[in-house]
Amino acid sequence: MTSDRPTTLLAELTHRCPLHCPYCSNPLELIRGEAELATDDWKRVFTQARELGVLQLGLSGGEPLVRKDLEELAAHARSIGLYSTLVTSGLGLTRKRAEALRNAGLEHIQVSIQDSDTESAERIAGVSSVKQKRAAIALVKELGFAFSINVVLHRANLDRLGELIDLAGSLGADRLELANTQYYGWGLKNRAALMPTREQVLKARAIAEAAIERYRKKMQIIFVLPDYHEQYPKACYGGWGKLYIVVTPNGQALPCHAASSITSLSFPTVREHSLEWIWRESSGFQAFRGDAWMKEPCRTCPRKTVDFGGCRCQAFALTGDAANPDPVCSLTPFRRIIDEALAEPAGAIEYEYRELTGEPQRA
Amino acid sequence: MALTLDFVPHLWRLARLDYDPVRRRRILQYPEGAVLLNETGAAVLELVDGKRTVREIAQVLGERYQTDVTADVTEYLSGLAERELIQ
Repeated sequence: MTSDRPTTLLAELTHRCPLHCPYCSNPLELIRGEAELATDDWKRVFTQARELGVLQLGLSGGEPLVRKDLEELAAHARSIGLYSTLVTSGLGLTRKRAEALRNAGLEHIQVSIQDSDTESAERIAGVSSVKQKRAAIALVKELGFAFSINVVLHRANLDRLGELIDLAGSLGADRLELANTQYYGWGLKNRAALMPTREQVLKARAIAEAAIERYRKKMQIIFVLPDYHEQYPKACYGGWGKLYIVVTPNGQALPCHAASSITSLSFPTVREHSLEWIWRESSGFQAFRGDAWMKEPCRTCPRKTVDFGGCRCQAFALTGDAANPDPVCSLTPFRRIIDEALAEPAGAIEYEYRELTGEPQRA
Repeated sequence: MALTLDFVPHLWRLARLDYDPVRRRRILQYPEGAVLLNETGAAVLELVDGKRTVREIAQVLGERYQTDVTADVTEYLSGLAERELIQ
């Protein structure tokens, strides 16, 4: 059954990262270097993923370049027919490593940019990084990788959206992903400093829509509206356990990168089980498949086949029950939680930064 | 917008045709995405070489299937062009 097969594996190779971005999608409890999967574990996971039907691999982190075996992992992925994307800050991408990755058959590199303004970018990243990123991007272009830039949008950079788009264009990006901050984990912790105003969001949307047309056939621009400002929730990865698998640095397999925040569920690790067993049999992956788990108003809502009740992680974080409707949905009484958050006056932009850098590297 | 019959389609330079032995289907792979192709879709894309026009692709397939497929080929390629996978 084709529809039963996952298409994408996000391999969070490490949580170690030279950056400290306050909206990091890694969980609040970061996994230390010593606990990371070994090279052979990752190779086995990639092979199992491919056999299960995965086509696309994200080599992500943290900063995946922290792993010395990244080139070996990329070569293995290519040898079994996966299309790989390296999701990187750019820090640590030396010429030697970039060439080795090219020779390994890596096809696509996605580099994050924090802001078009250097001072602001480094304040968000919590570290001096712009110069190194530019050098990394020059290498990505020179060596002919498919090249994407991703920018997480929030109150401190949203007013420079036009400049950000033009910067990505001038750097030669094939694709530009503009993702509004999602509020769980670090993002939720820093929500008061990250949440944009309604005026900012409306202005940004108009700028993005015009730019999508202007850059047509030159640079693909993907702009996702912040869900707090929408009427209906987002369809997370096409539904729970439908297309997507995340494996964390210590081998926990999840239906999405934030799913470990749902403490009422347990997720197995690839050290104990095959990916196929995890995908087909584990209670964590089955928890929110289909619609039997849904409560009202989702259960009888015609939109349940469109957005699948929205984000389970957001429902858990904001209502305490992962089976509740996503509070973003205007058809549920939980919507007041979002409206109250939106009504909070914008506070000072002071971040609580994530930390996990100074650790021994494993071979 | 529908492509004209004289248009010479080519694949987005970052997309490549591939085969998925698990699903036993031809696929189009590109950054952050993949399209599973049915037999007809794969037959059309195999003829997309940056030289043939839409009309010529439809002619080759029309002869192969012994029926006029011009409308289907145009619609299929136009759909992919909308997603910028065909340019």
